[in-house]
Amino acid sequence: MTEKLHGYVENLKTKNAAWVESVVESHGEVTVFVPRESILDICRFLTAEHGFDMLADLCGVDRGPEEEPRFEVNYHLFSTIHYSRLRLKVLLSDDDPHVPTLTRLWKTANWHERETYDLFGIIFDGHPDLRRILLPSDFDGHALRKDYPLRGYEPYSLN
Amino acid sequence: MGLENNLFDSLPDVVTVKLDAIVNWARKSSLWPATFGLACCAIEMMNTVSARNDLSRFGAETFRASPRQADVMIVSGRVSRKMAPVLRRIYDQMPEPKWVISMGACATSGGVFDNYAIVQGVDKIVPVDVYVPGCPPRPEMLVHAIMMLQDKIMKESVKDRRDTYEPESRVSMVPGTLPVTEGTALETEMESEVLAGETSRPYSVPSKHERRRSS
Amino acid sequence: MATAAENIPSQFEVLDSSLESEMTLSMGPQHPSTHGVLRLDLKLDGELVINVIPDIGYLHTGMENLFEYKKYQQGIVITDRMDYLNPLGNNLAYVMAAEKLLDLEIPERAQVIRVLMCELQRIASHMVWLGTHCLDIGAMSVFFYCFRQREKILNLIEAASGGRMTPSYFRIGGLMMDLPAGFENRCNQFLADFPEAMDTFDTLVTGNTIWMSRTKGIGIIERDEAINWGLTGPCLRGSGVELDLRRHNPYCGYETYDFDIPVEHDGDVWARFKVRMRECLESYKIVRQALDRLKPGPIKADAPKIVLPDRDDMRKHMDSLIHHFLIVAEGFNVPEGEVYHAIEASKGELGVYMKSNGGPKPERVHFRGPSFVNLAALPVMSEGEMVADVVAIIGSLDIVLGEIDR
Repeated sequence: MTEKLHGYVENLKTKNAAWVESVVESHGEVTVFVPRESILDICRFLTAEHGFDMLADLCGVDRGPEEEPRFEVNYHLFSTIHYSRLRLKVLLSDDDPHVPTLTRLWKTANWHERETYDLFGIIFDGHPDLRRILLPSDFDGHALRKDYPLRGYEPYSLN
Repeated sequence: MGLENNLFDSLPDVVTVKLDAIVNWARKSSLWPATFGLACCAIEMMNTVSARNDLSRFGAETFRASPRQADVMIVSGRVSRKMAPVLRRIYDQMPEPKWVISMGACATSGGVFDNYAIVQGVDKIVPVDVYVPGCPPRPEMLVHAIMMLQDKIMKESVKDRRDTYEPESRVSMVPGTLPVTEGTALETEMESEVLAGETSRPYSVPSKHERRRSS
Repeated sequence: MATAAENIPSQFEVLDSSLESEMTLSMGPQHPSTHGVLRLDLKLDGELVINVIPDIGYLHTGMENLFEYKKYQQGIVITDRMDYLNPLGNNLAYVMAAEKLLDLEIPERAQVIRVLMCELQRIASHMVWLGTHCLDIGAMSVFFYCFRQREKILNLIEAASGGRMTPSYFRIGGLMMDLPAGFENRCNQFLADFPEAMDTFDTLVTGNTIWMSRTKGIGIIERDEAINWGLTGPCLRGSGVELDLRRHNPYCGYETYDFDIPVEHDGDVWARFKVRMRECLESYKIVRQALDRLKPGPIKADAPKIVLPDRDDMRKHMDSLIHHFLIVAEGFNVPEGEVYHAIEASKGELGVYMKSNGGPKPERVHFRGPSFVNLAALPVMSEGEMVADVVAIIGSLDIVLGEIDR
């Protein structure tokens, strides 16, 4: 199963060597660390050439304020043709949490990116409608960051 | 020959009874809950109405979508901070007499969700008459809660259940403000501002029976 | 004269301009047919829908945040409250992600029971969908028939786990406990009545002319667009894509069961309705097969440091007692790593992304809720439809707000 995935990663490398920073395989899943500038091009390539036509999931991870780079954005690609999954991972630093949007390629990325922005404060450049989705629009802070207290800031007010 | 005929046979033509008793009896026998389904408990609330548990045996099956037609608000599920102002507004829109059943652990105390998103107990926003424990409570428990509420209604006085002045409640509502400020610094700050006439109270004026409870 | 005529609009002009005007209607969050606390901003031209902007978050519970503060085994309880119509599916996704990190081998009997319970739960979830969907469109009585069937399944789940709606039955490394005595009989009793009940539903709904005219050709989403929007589950299969993770990314031994994947090609409300109705019967087939496969055997993995010991063992063996104490008090350490595990829940692909930092609590747990993704496609589906059709489309998406807002 993973040989096929490694084949796709090899193709990525031959297409553009700068696209693949490193590859990790664990638990039967392949993770490709990719530079954030080219995430859209990589996804376009994988969609067009290798049939990864669905963005199954997009989620952010906060490794903690002391880590560098602090944020991860995971893209779980899925193919409705050969039913395999591939994870792309972009690393972002705390002071520059920007990553290009994928909404031009997948419309489903819209809400996923809004959610990630809402909970982590990661900004998706070029997103058509980047506003909070789960929390009220005037919520203070980003709830899933490690330095955000579980019970929130008190007193809570919507003003 | 129905029940009425039996009644007529056994009772005199004119019966004297306390106004409270007859009004409360009428009120308790036809409670109309508002469909206020929030989370998991809402499914059990639907189950209470459905064939097996059949809430209509207790005269409370007419669920109304409009708060204007409802008497009981069954808060079934966790109330998020985003939902709290909406909940309060729906409560305000219900005409007196109105009662609240807090269904489930989340509505009662926040349940397992003790975090930034969930209001720790709906009684911070609206006055609650009956609390139902459980996560979610079984339909039987909700039926029991409604019967408890009916007992409670029988003990009430009609005088306590008057509507707030319409203009008063309209002015006092500041959209977007959240009444979950109980016991915080914000509350005392707000109180002094209200007394000085600088601002209006952040949530609607408590109705008469609420005032009575808090005093 | 001409200028005067321009200044004073004729009666017809006024009428025309009011027809062209756009109106915004806020629907929800307290609305009987938004299936919870969904709010929609409807942009209307008369009764035609120009645009729908869903506003979610009214049930945001901060679950993903809570997972980080709970030990792995404590997190199972929270997953129950996520998609509360399909709690066992959530349990399964979460538990399997943790098992993947821990490299646990699950015994055969536990796998079969997992399949059995999940399929029962799928039927129960579809029953709620059918009842509420019909209720939204205006058929009141179907609701009562559906909930009667669902009640029977809930009784089975309660018999096995002790909870009706929040069972937390699956544990990391196996099950909470074995099935009670006589479960097979009770299950068979339910199964004996079920095809007949499905016939009743068909009589009540499927052949109904009003039902057909309310659902056919409404809320169409094409195949490619459905994939682009990331739809999964019955919504995707209603658009002609044969994708079922039970078949194509098998787990729990689903590849050994014999079942069909219902596919419809129209992509409208009717197609999604048909897919779900046929899915109920497929689940019924799987439950039958799983019942035949139930053989006595262990229900917990052989990992004493992770799986809670049996009560009986604890009374006899010192080390079992120590393990029990340690698991409950301190939890167990999960090796560092990250996994994404997806299962076919009743609403579509339920994915769990779990990242461990080597401790007893996860660093990040993310749920990819199928309802969340499916609901995002509501604007494309309802554009150009009537207001009343929006309600039908929401019903056909089978959303659960607990899972969308998390």
